[in-house]
Amino acid sequence: MSGVAISDLELHAGGALIESPEWLERVRRAAAARFGQTGFPAGRDEEWRFTPIRPIAKTSWRPAPAQLDDIDAGSLAPFVFGHPEWSTLVFVNGMYSPALGSIRTLPPGVTVTSLAEALRTDLPLLRAHLSRHAPVEGSPFTAFNAAAFRDGGLVHVPAGHELAGPVHLMFVTTPEAAGTAIHPRNLIVVERGARASVIESYVTLAEGEAYWANPVTEVAAAAGSWLEHTRIQRESERAYHVGLTHVDQQRDSHYRSFTLAMGAALSRHNLHVRLNDENIETLMYGLYLTRGEQVADNHTAIYHDRPNCRSWEVYKGVLDDRSRAVFNGKVFVQPEAQKTDAKQTNRNLLRSDLAKVDTKPQLEIFADDVKCTHGATVGRLDDVGLFYARSRGIPAAAAERLLTYAFAAEVIDEVALEPVRLELDRLVLERLGG
Amino acid sequence: MLEIKDLRAAAGDKEILKGITLTVRPGEVHAVMGPNGSGKSTLAQVLAGHPAYEVTGGSVTYEGRDLLDLDPEERAQAGVFLAFQYPVEIPGVTNAYFLRAAYNEIRKARGEEEIDSIDFLDLLEAKLKLVDWGPEIMSRAVNSGFSGGEKKRNEILQLAVLEPKLAILDETDSGLDIDALRIVAGGVNKLRAKDRSFIVVTHYQRLLNYIVPDHVHVLSGGRIVMSGGKELALELEAKGYEWVEAAAGAAAGASA
Repeated sequence: MSGVAISDLELHAGGALIESPEWLERVRRAAAARFGQTGFPAGRDEEWRFTPIRPIAKTSWRPAPAQLDDIDAGSLAPFVFGHPEWSTLVFVNGMYSPALGSIRTLPPGVTVTSLAEALRTDLPLLRAHLSRHAPVEGSPFTAFNAAAFRDGGLVHVPAGHELAGPVHLMFVTTPEAAGTAIHPRNLIVVERGARASVIESYVTLAEGEAYWANPVTEVAAAAGSWLEHTRIQRESERAYHVGLTHVDQQRDSHYRSFTLAMGAALSRHNLHVRLNDENIETLMYGLYLTRGEQVADNHTAIYHDRPNCRSWEVYKGVLDDRSRAVFNGKVFVQPEAQKTDAKQTNRNLLRSDLAKVDTKPQLEIFADDVKCTHGATVGRLDDVGLFYARSRGIPAAAAERLLTYAFAAEVIDEVALEPVRLELDRLVLERLGG
Repeated sequence: MLEIKDLRAAAGDKEILKGITLTVRPGEVHAVMGPNGSGKSTLAQVLAGHPAYEVTGGSVTYEGRDLLDLDPEERAQAGVFLAFQYPVEIPGVTNAYFLRAAYNEIRKARGEEEIDSIDFLDLLEAKLKLVDWGPEIMSRAVNSGFSGGEKKRNEILQLAVLEPKLAILDETDSGLDIDALRIVAGGVNKLRAKDRSFIVVTHYQRLLNYIVPDHVHVLSGGRIVMSGGKELALELEAKGYEWVEAAAGAAAGASA
């Protein structure tokens, strides 16, 4: 299958359409060569064993449209939330549309822009970070993205600065995206002592269309920084979404992630967080809601390389119909990472006899003075809870919705920013029909 | 308003209620007492429609309707309320959201309009006072992380808001210290009304010092073995359940 894959890749790389500085051209060539060697992951590859990526590998995806699809700002209304003063960057089929978003007044020195724009001026920041955090060797999908990306969001908050409101990077597909592949690339750099909140959302005006979204997001969180990162995936339910987020954290930093997966026929998200120094805190929350024949796959990996760090992870899933979910949580604790405090939880609520979950904690601990726990559950709604709600006058179907919402709300409640929490609540309630 | 006739119920293969007959008129307070395993909590749960129990015989008529034919939510909508012995924790849903949802379902069933969260907060204010609580409790998740006493108070708060015609209190006194018991019982007393009846299930007489019953029934082995006025509770406290069981055994022996 690699022959097909390479020609595909050349097509996409050739269609990258953006001016790349020489250093980036080298990265792209290396990435293309890397993908040429590996091709798409094979079914026997342990990392992809439960993820049916064949439809992605065997389809000849066209590059995303080269022309910006001229859509009406009003059509994005269902995907906009929070406050009007938030900065929003809108990417249509992967391409930045300045007219659709708005960048509000930012503190001096803060950069919020499209990556393609930043590359035209070859911001020094890019050379220091782009493709440095998410190496092309990490996965064939990352290599493909590195070779072929055109655009994405760039958020840079210099030392000591704080963003007043979050930055929303919105990736929307239109019917023109049908049959194409889109490779967004985002870079978030929060310098020493800076604070920011970034929302990445993948939404669609092309429900029912098949396309392949392959975004990669790199995050650099410097010493003492604080970042809340929310990822909302609401692709077309016939689309494929394979995303990677790689985070590098430095001393005393706090990174909190929330990922919601409710769209796509097949979605896969890899969240890798490397704790490069001491006294780091990492919170990873996730929620996946699947129905029909959807497959939602979350792979997380946390690398405790240094002592005295804390990581806390809770992923929850609600599965209907014949849908399927995969959870794989890796925790690596290096010999010198003493006093590591790592906790991982994965809980799944099956609402159908035909739904299925493959959950796998994978802890590799090489230090002896650590506190590491994990737990996974797969179950149904509690009968006593249902009776309790019904005994208060709430009809059976509404009681089920309420308790399902409650199950999901427990992770949503961990989102720090209230308007984001309310939007996540709304999306879940809407999906549950409440 | 409630007529229980020869009610029999089982959990799995085990018959727990072996023929209960009891009539409750509007405004009356009936205490149901008995030792552990006598079936008193089962009676409370069967009346509320707990799916773990199967009714194997007898009838229950509530305001002229066959109560056993109704789903748990229909019973609640018709004015039956069970204060749980072990109230259920629902992390992720606030007390305010849960209680307003219940309140509105009951209104809807009565053909009344639903009320919004602002009007509901107004209504809550007076109800919260009944259990000596401030509004903070409403933004906490339902019973989640509540102490035993707080859970029981929350049941009484729900009772106050939902205004049932028949309130069944299942061992509401268990696990309460004396201050919490006073608050809970005080709340119940303020809710007594001529068109509201109570069935108070309890192991101990203590609660009945605060909620004074009109009738006391003693359950043993799934049957009511003795009934009387409020003084029966005091006699039980003094003599212990062995006394009733012995008396019941003697009566059964005499009639055999």
